[in-house]
Amino acid sequence: MSSQDIPEEKLPAEPGAAHGAVRAADEENPFADPGLPPHEHRIQDIDERAAKRSERTVALLFTVSMLATLGFIASYVWIPNDKSVYIFPLGHISAMNFALGLTLGVALFCIGAGAVHWARTLMSDAELADERHPIEASPEVRAKVHADFKQGAKESAIGRRPLIRNTLLGALTLVPFSGLFLLRDLGSLPHEKLRHTMWAKGKRLVNMNTNQPLRPEDITTGSLTFAKPDGLEEEGNEEYQTEIAKAALMIVRLQPDNIKDKRELEWSHQGIVAYSKICTHVGCPISLYEQQTHHVLCPCHQSTFDLSDGARVIFGPAGHALPQLRIGVDSEGYLQALGDFEEPVGPAFWERG
Amino acid sequence: MKKLSARRRHPLAAVVVLLLALAATGGLYTAFAPASKAKADESAQSLTIEEGKKLYEVGCASCHGAGGQGTTDGPSLVGVGAAAVDFQVGTGRMPAQQPGAQVPRKKVIYTQAEIDQLAAYIASLGAGPSVPTKNQYSPEGADIAKGGELFRTNCAQCHNFTGKGGALTHGKFAPDLEGVQPKHIYEAMQTGPQNMPSFPDTVMPEKAKKDIIGYLNAVNSDQTKNPGGLELGGLGPVSEGLFAWIFGLGALVVVAVWVAARTAKAKKS
Amino acid sequence: MSTTASNPTRSRGKAPAGEKLADWADGRLGIYSLAKANMRKIFPDHWSFMLGEVCLYSFLIIILTGVYLTLFFHPSMNEVVYHGSYVPLQGQLMSEAFNSTLHISFEVRGGLLIRQIHHWAALVFLAGMFVHMMRVFFTGAFRKPREVNWLFGFLLFVLGMFTGFTGYSLPDDLLSGTGVRFMEGAILSVPIIGTYISFFLFGGEFPGHDFVARFYSIHILLLPGIMLGLVVGHLILVFYHKHTQFAGPGKTNNNVVGMPLLPVYMAKAGGFFFLVFGAIAAIAAIAQINPIWAIGPYRPDQVSTGAQPDWYMGMAEGLIRAMPGWEINFWGHTLVLGVFIPLVLFGVVLIAIALYPFIEAWVTGDKREHHILDRPRNAPTRTAFGAAWIAWYFVLLVGGGNDLWATHFHLSINAITWFVRIAFFVVPVLTFIVTKRICLSLQRRDRDKVLHGRESGIIKRLPHGEFIEVHEPLSQEQLYTLTAHHQYEPVEIGPTVDENGVERKVKGTEKLRAKLSRAYYGEGNQIAKPTVEEYKEITSGHGHH
Repeated sequence: MSSQDIPEEKLPAEPGAAHGAVRAADEENPFADPGLPPHEHRIQDIDERAAKRSERTVALLFTVSMLATLGFIASYVWIPNDKSVYIFPLGHISAMNFALGLTLGVALFCIGAGAVHWARTLMSDAELADERHPIEASPEVRAKVHADFKQGAKESAIGRRPLIRNTLLGALTLVPFSGLFLLRDLGSLPHEKLRHTMWAKGKRLVNMNTNQPLRPEDITTGSLTFAKPDGLEEEGNEEYQTEIAKAALMIVRLQPDNIKDKRELEWSHQGIVAYSKICTHVGCPISLYEQQTHHVLCPCHQSTFDLSDGARVIFGPAGHALPQLRIGVDSEGYLQALGDFEEPVGPAFWERG
Repeated sequence: MKKLSARRRHPLAAVVVLLLALAATGGLYTAFAPASKAKADESAQSLTIEEGKKLYEVGCASCHGAGGQGTTDGPSLVGVGAAAVDFQVGTGRMPAQQPGAQVPRKKVIYTQAEIDQLAAYIASLGAGPSVPTKNQYSPEGADIAKGGELFRTNCAQCHNFTGKGGALTHGKFAPDLEGVQPKHIYEAMQTGPQNMPSFPDTVMPEKAKKDIIGYLNAVNSDQTKNPGGLELGGLGPVSEGLFAWIFGLGALVVVAVWVAARTAKAKKS
Repeated sequence: MSTTASNPTRSRGKAPAGEKLADWADGRLGIYSLAKANMRKIFPDHWSFMLGEVCLYSFLIIILTGVYLTLFFHPSMNEVVYHGSYVPLQGQLMSEAFNSTLHISFEVRGGLLIRQIHHWAALVFLAGMFVHMMRVFFTGAFRKPREVNWLFGFLLFVLGMFTGFTGYSLPDDLLSGTGVRFMEGAILSVPIIGTYISFFLFGGEFPGHDFVARFYSIHILLLPGIMLGLVVGHLILVFYHKHTQFAGPGKTNNNVVGMPLLPVYMAKAGGFFFLVFGAIAAIAAIAQINPIWAIGPYRPDQVSTGAQPDWYMGMAEGLIRAMPGWEINFWGHTLVLGVFIPLVLFGVVLIAIALYPFIEAWVTGDKREHHILDRPRNAPTRTAFGAAWIAWYFVLLVGGGNDLWATHFHLSINAITWFVRIAFFVVPVLTFIVTKRICLSLQRRDRDKVLHGRESGIIKRLPHGEFIEVHEPLSQEQLYTLTAHHQYEPVEIGPTVDENGVERKVKGTEKLRAKLSRAYYGEGNQIAKPTVEEYKEITSGHGHH
């Protein structure tokens, strides 16, 4: 970029800069820097009574802080932790939290206010100036450092003995790989895990609310029901969260005439359709079902799916339709899955295809 | 209590408008009209379907049709049941004032006796859920924790963690549930008003509904404890962030101005 | 090496205890040499110079309260049954992390207060950094020699966002769990390696049993450790460079005018720590934040409406909400553009912020040190860029909170999303143009004030009947302050033919720079400041115009 360097004299002058051309202390220049204005006294500097008042104010603030700290300790000791008080306009709040917070706040704030008031009214307010020095080293220092470095490099003979240099570089390049390998056991490999859920042929659809298997007649038009696969229990099951994160199901009943998508109709049972509850965008449990429009909305990013049309995306950032679960009825009249989802549920990923 | 919650909301809302310099949208902001709670007439008079029919013909038939069969302006009411009528008319949603994305809750214009008569008439048109009894919807004896779990599974996605309401598509919304009578919450779950899906007893048993009402009563009433202080609308990080900017950083900037300002000079003219 | 013996004048043994201690320390740490340079160091007074202190102090508050919280928090995802005092959750299954957060909130006395101070301070910290960066940007304080410190500050802001995000996820509540799920979805969208990163981060499938413990060490050790180092470096550089100052009488590029560290700034800055801490403690007493008990424990099949991240992630949230759902499938692979583009854009915007000082330095070609701050109006293009960026950021914040905008202003969520999609492109451009116009007219006003004086509001009638407004001439202080800024000339492409008549090839970068330079400093992009000649011509003889 050196060909594009701009000579310094072409740049406008900085105020007060040494190389600034115009700045002379001439009377002729109306824009010249008049210099620091003379110091003016504050009332506290000339009136001892005012200064005394300031002193008392500062001391008062520090005293209030002490009292507030005592108040903090008293609140901690005497207020029951579960006591609730009504304070307008805050509402029913914890007396302990309110008392501790306010006393602590006052204790701290008064220390600060006292110190600042002290500084503002009693400490000297005469403006002082510090000189600045260029950050850059002088040319001599620069030359010395460069020479020292060259000397050091020469003494190390790194330039003369490339074998040492190259093997060292090789060793330093390789050694971080150990660290990389150590990270391998952070997690298992994806394999086909994102493609499968607990759903399988014959798994009954169990109502999340009652933990009972669902029958088709339980599902009325306009209702919304959530289901999980039979055998997935929350209590004492370490894998519950991971399994429900994929298997959560949303069940609604539509009028078969209203179903526009042919495959959706095929995979439904008497108009009952079961869709994955996990949004195909980034995985929020989507379930804001509008029963008149048959749209479901995701509360996280507002992807909207039309449940009467194969759950295709009609608005928002999701990229593909919600996966549908093929359902039927088993011999005892309960709703059952006729297989796993045919495509991965949840957010899309590179290997999804 | 309604007044209180409106006031509590007010400063925040006002600041939102100020900060975001959205004077233009200010007009859109309307405080929740306090729904006057029609004192339920406990001693229900003997309901006659005839009287309900008369009320229906005056107030409802223009949209729902003379026999409740529905028109282009309003759905059929055959089979919606007394619970739906009690909910829609008892919360002031019906009769609807104007067409829009959604019919909102407003001032109730019928007395409870009249509502009961209307409900009886509609119920006579076709079988549907009946108005629940106090025993069914009273929060007494509910398992609040179970209700919380049910609420988060079935309701929170639209109504927010503690029932503060939320947005749906194209201007529709799930309303705030504070101050809604338990009976109406029960009826809403039973009948699925407007775009809300229903949660019939077959999939959400009576007890579960009662538990949900118990939970809402615990976390979203004027008696709800917010130990940490101002609830900030219970809306989560958005209102918290606004508060942090305005009252946190704002206050600190004011303090910084004071710290850095020069003290007044004695001979300032 | 011993210097003690060579100093016979020092009356040893009689010195006060404090002095003796200082002597002791100096003999070992050399504190006197440090103190000589720094004890009476001058700091200029301006409220906006304290914004950085707001960040520093809220960072300290976060560390203090954070250490306290670690004493009680259990970073474990083991399933437990709740038996604590919050009735609406009793008997519920939850992770130990959530359970211990409830314990901190309800059983540990003062625990709720510390939790709230920690969280409020985090929000204020990020907001403070945002505003501090804006101050540095709009006044040009990032110019040489402070580019490195700009990078330090920028890294602090980015790391602060991620530290905040990991901390927000620790309680394993339904809201933060939804946020973590979003993060997992975003990672999955990364081509080729996304799935693997996700499995390695979560120890297998989402949510697994590991992420709380892993986020915990990231949140309390890794990121804050780096940040602490950066903060120290940032402060050392502030001391080393000495603070910038606004132009004014006696204030030059070669000095810094203000008050000494000892005693004034010791009291003011030290006091300000207590003021910040006190204010945040009071906020934590008054306003509730992140009530996880009302939110409930995380379950991947549950969700609540109004699922938002903390404000500083609002920009990313807005990007992701406004993005159309583009997805490309090819050869058995999926390119999730709908998620990946916002992710990339987020990174690109951050990098652009980091690089801005270097871009501007390249355009001006100025290699000198700058210690006098620009008034934003005197750098119209930079100011317009900054304003456009803020407007863009705000549009995305609206997008990130579109559901709350919809419910609170009775709007359609779809309409808001469409507004954001259009405003994303339109609003920054409009803001840029308008801001630049405003800056230029303010420059014109300054010029008029210098040349014609300040409008006094006094109307005078001249003998021949003409009415004029009396303009009061400015004092020399004001004249100097209003003309102290420097104005660059646009860079021209150098001669394309050298002295031998050989044509030189003009590089593309050179053309680009000339073009950018014209946009920054060319005609119509800044108002020439009045010259002495102009001033003299107007003021001599003619009186008021």
